Parts: sequence; C-alpha cells; structure tokens
Amino acid sequence: MKIHEYQAKEILRRYGVATPRGRVTDKALEAGPICAELGGRCVVKAQIHAGGRGKGGGVKLAKSPAEAQEVAGRILGMQLKTPQTGPEGQTVRRVLIEEALDIASELYLSVTLDRAAGKPIVMASKAGGMEIEEVAAKDPRAILRQEVEPFLGLLPFQSRAVARGLGLQGDTAKKAAKLATALVAAYRDTDASLVEINPLLVTGGGDVLALDAKMSFDDNALFRHQDIAEMRDLAEENPMEVEAGKFNLNYIKLDGDIACMVNGAGLAMATMDIIQLYGGQPANFLDVGGSASQDAVKNAFRLLVSDPHVRAVLINIFGGIARTDRIAGGVVAAIEELGDVRLPVVVRLEGTNVEQGREILRNAPFKFIVAEHMADAAEKVVAAARGGR
Amino acid sequence: MAIWVDKGTRLLVQGITGKEGTFHALGCRDYGTQVVAGVTPGKGGETVEGIPVFDSVAEAREATGANASMIFVPPPFAADAILESAAAGIELTVCITEGIPVNDMLKVKAFLRDHPTRLVGPNCPGVISPGMAKIGIMPGHIHRPGKVGVISRSGTLTYEAVWQLTNLGLGQSTCVGIGGDPVNGTSFIDVLAAFAADGETAAVVMIGEIGGNAEEQAAAWIQANYDRPVVGFIAGRTAPPGRRMGHAGAIVAGGKGTAAEKIEAMKAAGLHVVDSPAELGRTAARALGL
Repeated sequence: MKIHEYQAKEILRRYGVATPRGRVTDKALEAGPICAELGGRCVVKAQIHAGGRGKGGGVKLAKSPAEAQEVAGRILGMQLKTPQTGPEGQTVRRVLIEEALDIASELYLSVTLDRAAGKPIVMASKAGGMEIEEVAAKDPRAILRQEVEPFLGLLPFQSRAVARGLGLQGDTAKKAAKLATALVAAYRDTDASLVEINPLLVTGGGDVLALDAKMSFDDNALFRHQDIAEMRDLAEENPMEVEAGKFNLNYIKLDGDIACMVNGAGLAMATMDIIQLYGGQPANFLDVGGSASQDAVKNAFRLLVSDPHVRAVLINIFGGIARTDRIAGGVVAAIEELGDVRLPVVVRLEGTNVEQGREILRNAPFKFIVAEHMADAAEKVVAAARGGR
Repeated sequence: MAIWVDKGTRLLVQGITGKEGTFHALGCRDYGTQVVAGVTPGKGGETVEGIPVFDSVAEAREATGANASMIFVPPPFAADAILESAAAGIELTVCITEGIPVNDMLKVKAFLRDHPTRLVGPNCPGVISPGMAKIGIMPGHIHRPGKVGVISRSGTLTYEAVWQLTNLGLGQSTCVGIGGDPVNGTSFIDVLAAFAADGETAAVVMIGEIGGNAEEQAAAWIQANYDRPVVGFIAGRTAPPGRRMGHAGAIVAGGKGTAAEKIEAMKAAGLHVVDSPAELGRTAARALGL
C-alpha cells in the first residue's frame, strides 16, 4: 500500500526525522495564510502517489502568500501527468505547503528489502534528486549499501558509515546518522516495504531534513497497523481495481482488449503472456483463486465486461482439487445469471474430468468458444477479438 | 527416486483442526502419505478422522516420530508455527499459508540459521514425489512417477506443466513449489542441488516469474554445476512494472526482476527456454531426446 508524502512525513516525524515545517490542504484559499505562517515564502507540492511530480509541474515555489494561493489554485484539481502516472495523469486533490529552505546539498537515503540477502538494506548516495535506478545504471559504486540485521537494526558504526558515505562531517554527519537510524526503525516498526528520502536536504546551516518522503507498506502486515491502513486513499487507485478488491479478486487493469480470467497468479501471468505471444494484448491480470467458485467467476466476469475496451474474454482454468466439470457448471451458471453477454467468450478447461467439463460448455445455451489447450485458446481469443462483435 | 518426500515421510499437520488443514491432511493421507499427527494449541487429545491432535509440535514429534510438517496456520501466526517446527527438530517444514508479513519471514530466516530445518514456502503448493507421498495441496492424480524434476514459484502453472508432462508419458521424480513470496525458505538452487544428488532425476523443468533475481542465480549455478537438461519458463513478460502480480514476490521493482533479464540469463546458461507455457512438456521431451 502506498501513502502520500504528507502522511509519510507525519509518520517519520514521530521517529525524530526532521522535515520542513508545513501543512496540507485541499483549499487554495488556505494556501495564502499557511504560506504567511511559514514566513511568506513556500513550496506548493501536489499530493499524488506517483513520483516525478516536479517534472510534471506539480511542485512550485511561491514567493508570497498571494502567489501561494494562485499556485495552489492552479495545482489543485489539475490532471498531473508524470512518467509514473500514465498518459491520463492523476487528479490532484491536496497540496502540501512547506517552508522554502536554503539548499546546500541534496542527497539520497532509503531503506528497502534486499530479497537475495533476506534482510533490509540501507542505500545512500550523493546524487539526491536523481532516481536511484538511474544512479545504479550509471555508476553502481556511487551507491553505498548497508545490510541491516533484522534483530539488531542499524548499528551505530553502520549509521556512521552511511553519513561518511554521504560526504558529511561533524555535527551534520551526526544528524544524518541519527536520521538513518530513525528511518530503519520506522521501516521495521511500520512493516514498510520502502522508505525513501529523495532528496535528503542539507541546509546552509548544516541541518539535515527529509525534503521529500515516500513510504509504502507490506499489505500482508496491515492487519497490525490500523492507523496506517486508514491512510489508504482509494481515489489514487484504479476504480476497477478497487471494485475487484471488494470481491477479494486479484485484478490489475492493463491497456489491451482481451480480458482474461484465470485461477492462480502464475497461470494468470502465463495466460497474459501467451495472449501477447499470439499477437493480442491482455486487458487485465485476474486471479479468481485456486478453486474458481461459481460466485468468484460471476463477480469476475461482471467486472471484466464492464471495461469498455474489452472485445473478447478468455477463461483459462486448471481444475485440480476442484473438478473441471464442476467449474464448467459454475461458468455456465454465472453467464446465465448475468444474461445478455454479447462478447465472444473462449473457455479453456484442463485437468480432472475435462471431457465432461467441455461437454457441459458445448451444451450450454450460451455459445462458448471451447478451446482444447492453452495455445489453441490464445489463438482463438486473439481471432475473436480481431473479429470484434 | 525422489527428493525430500517419500515412503519414509511421517507427516504432522500444524493447523489440522481448521477447514483447510483437515481437508488437505486427508488429501495427503488419501494419496498415500503417512499422516501421523496434527497440532493445534489447546486441542491436544482430540482426533481428526483418526489422526491424533497434540498441543505442540514437540509433543507430537515425541509421541509419533513425525519428521515432516505441513503448515495451515493463518498468516498472523504462521511464522511462529514455522519456528515451533524448527525448534522441535522437524527435518522438513512445508508452509502453505499465503500472506505472512515480510518482517516475520526475516525473523524466521535469521532463526533458521541456528535451527536447521528444510523450510519449503511459504505461499506454496508443497512437495510431491509421485507414487510415494505428497505434502501439500496439489491434485495428486495429475502426476505420475518418473524422471523429471519440477521446481516452481507458482501453483496452478506448475499443475499445467505437470499435466503436460504426464500426458506425454513423462513422469516426475519430485515436484517442489518454492512459493510466490519475496522471502522464502528454499531457493531454486537448493532444489537443483538436491536433484543433482538424485541419480534418477534425468531432467528438470524450472518455472520462474518476475521479481527478485533467484532465477538468474539459479541459471549461473546450473551453468557451473548441473549437466542434465533444464527446461525454463518465466511468467510475467507482459506484467507492468511496479505492480504486484498476485504473488507478493511477483513485482518488477526499480527496473529489476524483469522477465527479459531472467530469460536472457537462462539462455546464456544453456537452458532450454520456452516462450510459450504450452510448450513446457514437449520441450522437456525433446531435451530428453524423446
């Protein structure tokens, strides 16, 4: 789960991480007074989940309260397009207004999971403001890494190494070391999957602050963090994905025109891949769960056909513990219950009792296109989508 | 022959009194696995379809000589169940549970360094040695005994591959689902090394997916250490970056963990890489010269 910058800073402040003073608002009229409180110069920052906000015009400096109000008015409600939002952009519903600080240098600091090591890892670089992937591609040695022992947290010598790696000295180095230790504690306590400070700001006076903050969390651990779960902003998510979540369906919207419904995540990915291999484009990822119950199939189907770009549907089910004939019965019943399905539907069933399952599909009132195997299914659904209907 | 699971396996089931636990404990027993005990704290003394239930893994092991465990405990308590199994000296622990927090798994990994058990999973279908025994939720009857080893991060996609093999008359020695989580107990390399030590496994089908770099590491290991044929497939070449594709571990993050990188590494290591998941069985047959 992702949260906004202002929420991430709220969490990090509890751990003693210094951030610029500021306030969040959804009203342009409040921007002026907030800016005045902050001393009359401020930065207005669009709050959306995607990164790259500055490049899209979502972060602006205002030199007076009047200008802050004017800038906030322009940013609030805008459809902000960044490299991470996709071409349609994301509506800005809130802005964070922060004091403008003098910048001596901009650095990078993050905590994330190193899957290979099975440990959290702290990454630090002097190239603040740049995407860390870009830094890694250009010069991997420019990134300092410290593996964190899960039981111990970031040890003092490691935090000193981080500060040294960032090129800092004296009091500033101590402040940075303290901040790095706090980030690791926040990462661990909140079950975060990422804490990223980019840029980490060093002021002319030697203070170290999180100028930006990005946090995301392990969905599987949200059950023990009610306060964080409540920070979820559904307006930032795809409405079809939110709808799917209500039915416990694992759905991800894509750009193609062939909808697919599959049991199991790996087989669902493989189904998307084979559609593309046969010249089509998948409209989604959808895992209806291993057993593919009638209710799950019905809810999934309703969701898939509500996507106006979809021109054909592929149902690919491997019947294991749940027998194929029972699944076929469920698919037929689901389509009957929905009524008025006008799209071509290719069904490929495999596994236990497959012959009986296919027979049920062939005898159904709805004209399914029955496929024999996965390649046959891909070929048929791509042809059906081209034929349109 | 087979690895890890065979006629000598004596299985206990943690979480046996839950609906899933009961269902699959019986499924394993029906397949031929010796299911000797169940564990549910607070329900010691009860029985489930004739299987005695104990309050703790240590008691169950002491009383029944169990040497393997299958875990169906809900996610908030599953890590503790793994630790209990390891602390009791169980040799093989297969965790089926999906949804264990990453931080819990990091603690499990650290604990297991001092308490050696072979942890398979979590978030996996389990391990089956066809014709001998199974520990897990896979449909037993799609398998047949034979010489192909199967390793996978997925569930139903593994069944798909197994079914293709079976329909071509190619049986399996052992099939291991290592699970779809970012932090797991057993890696591709662990399974490959066991297959290498098993004289009868003549070829391996390895099914990876996007996320992490376990497939790249396995490819390098194969090139250096394994001379029997390996068929490889990677799911998720059409997956958008930054999205979790069902499995917690199936995510392209920061441009890393893409299908393209993995496929390239597998090809460079001399694996028989298939573009179409429909070709896994036939490619294995060709690799075996059939």
